[in-house]
Amino acid sequence: MLEIKNLHVSIEGKEILKGIDLKIGAGHIHAIMGPNGSGKSTLTQVLAGNEAYTVTKGEVIYQGKNLLEMSPEKRAREGIFLAFQYPVEIPGVSNAYFLRAALNEIRVSKGLDEIDAVDFLTFLKEKMKLVEMDPSFIHRAVNEGFSGGEKKRNEILQMAILEPTLAILDETDSGLDIDALKIVAAGVNKLRSPERATLVVTHYQRLLNYIVPDFIHVLVDGRIMKSGHKELAFQLEEKGYDWVREGV
Amino acid sequence: MTQTHFFNAFASARSSSDPVWLNRIKESARERFTQLGFPTMRDEEWRYTNVTRFEETPFHSASFFPELSQVQIKPFSFGAVNWPTLVFVNGRFVPELSSSPKNHKGLYIGSLHQALVSNPKLLEAHLNRYAKQDAFTALNAAFVKEGALIYLPEEETVNEPIHLIFVSASSGQNALIQPRNLIVAGPKSKATVVESYVAINGTTYFTNSVTEILAGEEANIDYYKIQREGTEAFHIGTTQVELQRAAAFNSVSVSLGARLSRHNVNVRLGAEDAQCELNGLYLGSGVQHMDHHTFVDHPKPRGTSHQLYKGILSGEASGVFSGKIFVREGAQKTDAHQTNKNLLLSEKATADTRPQLEILADDVQCTHGAAVGQLDESVIFYLKTRGIGFEAARRILCYGFAKEVIERIKIPAISEELDRLILSQFSDPVYWEH
Repeated sequence: MLEIKNLHVSIEGKEILKGIDLKIGAGHIHAIMGPNGSGKSTLTQVLAGNEAYTVTKGEVIYQGKNLLEMSPEKRAREGIFLAFQYPVEIPGVSNAYFLRAALNEIRVSKGLDEIDAVDFLTFLKEKMKLVEMDPSFIHRAVNEGFSGGEKKRNEILQMAILEPTLAILDETDSGLDIDALKIVAAGVNKLRSPERATLVVTHYQRLLNYIVPDFIHVLVDGRIMKSGHKELAFQLEEKGYDWVREGV
Repeated sequence: MTQTHFFNAFASARSSSDPVWLNRIKESARERFTQLGFPTMRDEEWRYTNVTRFEETPFHSASFFPELSQVQIKPFSFGAVNWPTLVFVNGRFVPELSSSPKNHKGLYIGSLHQALVSNPKLLEAHLNRYAKQDAFTALNAAFVKEGALIYLPEEETVNEPIHLIFVSASSGQNALIQPRNLIVAGPKSKATVVESYVAINGTTYFTNSVTEILAGEEANIDYYKIQREGTEAFHIGTTQVELQRAAAFNSVSVSLGARLSRHNVNVRLGAEDAQCELNGLYLGSGVQHMDHHTFVDHPKPRGTSHQLYKGILSGEASGVFSGKIFVREGAQKTDAHQTNKNLLLSEKATADTRPQLEILADDVQCTHGAAVGQLDESVIFYLKTRGIGFEAARRILCYGFAKEVIERIKIPAISEELDRLILSQFSDPVYWEH
């Protein structure tokens, strides 16, 4: 589904990613772990199409197409979803209005009819139950005045509504208590299917108890230093990232 | 002083059929205006708004009054059919287009001019008692003739909004239209008043309106002003409010039209526990200039005033917000807040903002703040990652920015109409061409 080949990325002249190779197949969950500043967030932003970053070398193929040539909105319409580490606030725009606008953009791009406000509300309420969000969030401005945990849950709600083919979660577990973590994980697991894939980026092993990955990659200093199965997470938890660095 | 072209008009403004007290008001207003003249940009209150061209423009009172049909008025009615409505065409009251409830128990919703006969005592007691006499209010008073009079007796509640529609229709080049409104709300009365300024076949005309509002003890007045003048129009409006004990005044002033506009809202919380909420939204494009001034005077304890004014400016438009909160000695426990935020959509659009606080009491809660910014790139990116394209993203952001003010209008028919109006403006590619 996704193939990243020798990806080099810079921001303001500073190289952050120094040659990433990664293949994600349909039906799989991949996790990327790594210390702060290793380039994890950069990778997710580049995949989503943030133009602040410059790709200096390499390519990314998504479903047979050159992902790097697509605009961010095109990527979203093609099924890529990024759950942000720091979701932004959109004052004055209600969650319902925003989510319906997003869903309809994606539906129209697929040649489907727009969903009307009444049907959407029913659909939205159903999905909100899934992530255990209070219905009052329907009419609240997107992320405005939300707690950290509420923002993260709102990201998962968006994911549940947009039903992406490739979901990318950037540190969705940071700042979550254990109950919220379980809810978020349940939301992700619900989307699991042979046609879909997920890329989970996290600093800690904790989330991976609930979202069990098929593959784990360790990113250090802009390079994937080690790849393995879920046991790798426990080794990392025990020995720390220095263990990976020293192993090189 | 070169307002010579007004002098002849002044002479005819005095009318032998008017009561002595009214001619006295006109006379002294005329003197006041002659003495002040139009303000210049050296005048502190007019630093950002240039009205010097008014001096050279030979404005004359509107003298052409076309007959309009209900169909022509309908687009401005917010779809409402049962609101008490007073329609004025080029300043003249048109009973055929108006509908007001039976004036019972002293309730009066009607023409100010007609009230000279039916309610002279009320007018004499209140007309021109509250408005500060600056050049424009004086100019208005010098010609005072017509407008709306609303009188709410004690404990009267008018459920439907009272809609005052001021239409400029083929008024002719340089017509001067000067509505004069007076709202006297008795103790514990309650009403919503909407002022709409609209144009049909507008040319260069000048609306100079004054509305005086007296809210009695525990009265509650919601006041919405929707300015949709013609693209070549000048609009200067003053809303002067006097609040008695525990009275409440909530306003939303929306500016969409006119080449140059200014709305002054002056509120005096003249007794304890009065409260006011003043909101404004100005959407300027092209070469429009929109100026909003507020002056909130807190002479008494426990007054509350909250202000939120927001502007979205594109093209070469310019916006001004100047607001002053004055907390006088003895006005303890005053709670006064003021915020002005501006969104600039082009490099040539400008916003000037001057929030001012003057506090002479020590036990008060007062804040003010102002911001001028552009569309937030990080938010646009966020929307894009949800499949929303750039055009839709900026439309959503602008709409969200305006929404905070629009949702303070408690009449859904009005807020929904404004939603539609501004969304269609933000959807128009021409709006974004600079």
